[in-house]
Amino acid sequence: MTLQRQHSEAIQEPSTPPGSLRSARDDALVSFEKVGKSFGAATALRALDFDVYPGETLTLLGPSGCGKSTALRLLAGLAQPTSGEIRWNCAAAREKIGFVFQEATLLPWADVFANVYLPLRLAGVARRDAAPRVSEALELVGLAQFPRALPRELSGGMKMRCAIARALVMRPALLLMDEPFAALDEVTRWKLNDELLTLKARLGATIVFVTHSVLESAFLSTRVVVLAAKGGGIVDEIAVDPKLKRDADFRLSSEFMSVCRRASQALQRAMSGARP
Amino acid sequence: MIAARRLLIAAAPPTLAFAALLALWEGIVRFYGIAPYVLPAPSAIFATLVEERALLFSSAATTLLVALEALALATLCGAALALVMSQSKWLERTLTPYAVMLQVTPIIAIAPLLLVYLSPAQAVLVCAFLVAFFPILSNTALGLASVDHALLDLFDLYRASPWKRLIYLRAPAALPQFLAGLRIAGGLALIGAVAAELAAGSAGQGAGLAFRIVEAGFRLDVPRMFAALTLLSFMGVAIYGALSLLTHVALRRWHESARTRSG
Repeated sequence: MTLQRQHSEAIQEPSTPPGSLRSARDDALVSFEKVGKSFGAATALRALDFDVYPGETLTLLGPSGCGKSTALRLLAGLAQPTSGEIRWNCAAAREKIGFVFQEATLLPWADVFANVYLPLRLAGVARRDAAPRVSEALELVGLAQFPRALPRELSGGMKMRCAIARALVMRPALLLMDEPFAALDEVTRWKLNDELLTLKARLGATIVFVTHSVLESAFLSTRVVVLAAKGGGIVDEIAVDPKLKRDADFRLSSEFMSVCRRASQALQRAMSGARP
Repeated sequence: MIAARRLLIAAAPPTLAFAALLALWEGIVRFYGIAPYVLPAPSAIFATLVEERALLFSSAATTLLVALEALALATLCGAALALVMSQSKWLERTLTPYAVMLQVTPIIAIAPLLLVYLSPAQAVLVCAFLVAFFPILSNTALGLASVDHALLDLFDLYRASPWKRLIYLRAPAALPQFLAGLRIAGGLALIGAVAAELAAGSAGQGAGLAFRIVEAGFRLDVPRMFAALTLLSFMGVAIYGALSLLTHVALRRWHESARTRSG
C-alpha cells in the first residue's frame, strides 16, 4: 500500500521544474542519458539511453559483457558513470532502492531473521521495532517458518527468497535484480518467477531485472530492452502488454512466443555485434 | 550416549598407540639396562615429575603465564594493527615490511639484544609477544581483506557507517582467519617464551621451565630434563586444545572448517 502511494507521489511531484526541455521523459522514474562507464581501458557501457517508468517491470536482456549488470550498479549508485548523466525524477525512489544480487550473498554467520533484519539494523532500527517488518517480509517470500535457519541450511531457492526478503524489508520503491535466478534450476526458477510476479502485484514496486534468459525476460516484463555486446547500447525494445495474465497458460500463449521470438532475434543481432 | 561412544571409538586408536609406544620404551630401557642419565624409562620420568613437582610445576606456571600474557598482548596488538592496516593501503604498505622483518628474524637471535635493554622477565615476555604477534596480524589482515565483494556492495547500498561495516560484516567475516592465526600464535608464544628463557638463563625462584631444562642438563639430570620437556609439551598441547575448542565453539554453527561433512 505504502509503495503504491509513493509511486503516485512520484508521478505527481516530478523533481524537474515545469517547462523543462525533457518534458517527454518527465514521467520517468529515472533516466539514463548517454551514460557511459569504463574501467580503465575497458569500456563496459557506451552512451546508454533508457528510462524506467513507475510501476513497470523492465528487463535488461543481453549477452555477457553487454553492460547490463553495470547499468544496474549505476542505477543503484554502487558505481558512478564516467560519462553522461543519470537523472532522477523521484528522489524518494532513489533513496529506497532494493538490490538482489546474482548470488544470494547472505551473511553466513547470521540466521534468516538476522539477514533480513540487516538493512533495518544498518538504518538504526531497533530489533524490537523491526521484528514485525522482518516477519512481514519473510511471510511475503514464504520463509516465515524458518527465521532461525542459517544460510547453509537453505536450498538455493530459499537462499534467494531470503535475499529478496532482505531487499523487500526496506519497502523499496525500486527493486533492482541482477540475474537473481541464474544459478537456480529451471523448475525453481519458474517457481520464483511466479512468486516475483505475485510480490510485484502485491507491492507495486518498480522492478528492473537483468537476465540473459529470453524466457525469463518475456515472462516477467512489461518491457524488454535488449542490449548489444560490449556495452554498445540498445538493439531492440519490446513492450509486453501489462494486462496479460502471467500464469502457466501465458508461457504457452502466442503473445509469449512472439515476445520470445523477437527478443531472440534481437539477442542474435546483439551477439553478432550489431549497433543500434 | 552415542556421542560418548563415538568419542571413545575416535580416541581409542591414538591412546592405544601412545600406550604401546611407552611400553616399548620402558621395555627397551629395562631389557638393555640403559642408565637413567642416558635414557630414563617413562616410569622414571613420571617418578621425577611427582618427586620434583613443587619445583617443576612452579616453573611451568611461570612459563605458561608469560606465554599467555604474551598471547593476549599479541592478540590485542595484532588484531588492532590489522584493523588499522585494512583501513589504508598506504599504511599497510608502510608497516608490512617491519612485520615481516620481525617474523623472519629468528627470535633466539633477538633475545640477547633484548636482554641488554630489559630485565630477563620483560625480555621473555617481549620475545614471546614478538613471535605470536605476526600470525595474528597477517591472518586477521587476510580475513579482513577477503570479505565477499557483493556483501560490501550491499553495505554500500544501505550506506553503512565504517563502524557498522566493521562490526556487522568485516569482523565476523575475518573471525575464522583470526582464530586460525590465534591457534598458530598460541604455540608460538610458548616457543618464544622458552627461547627467551634459554637465552636469559635466569635462575632463582621465578625461573621458567626452559631454564630448568638447561640447569638439569648441566647436572646431567636427564630424567628431570625429560620431565620438564614432558610438561612443556603438555602445556603446548593444552594451549592448542583450548584454542581449538574456542574456534569450534565460535564457528561450529556456520563455518565449514568447524563442521563435519556428514553433519
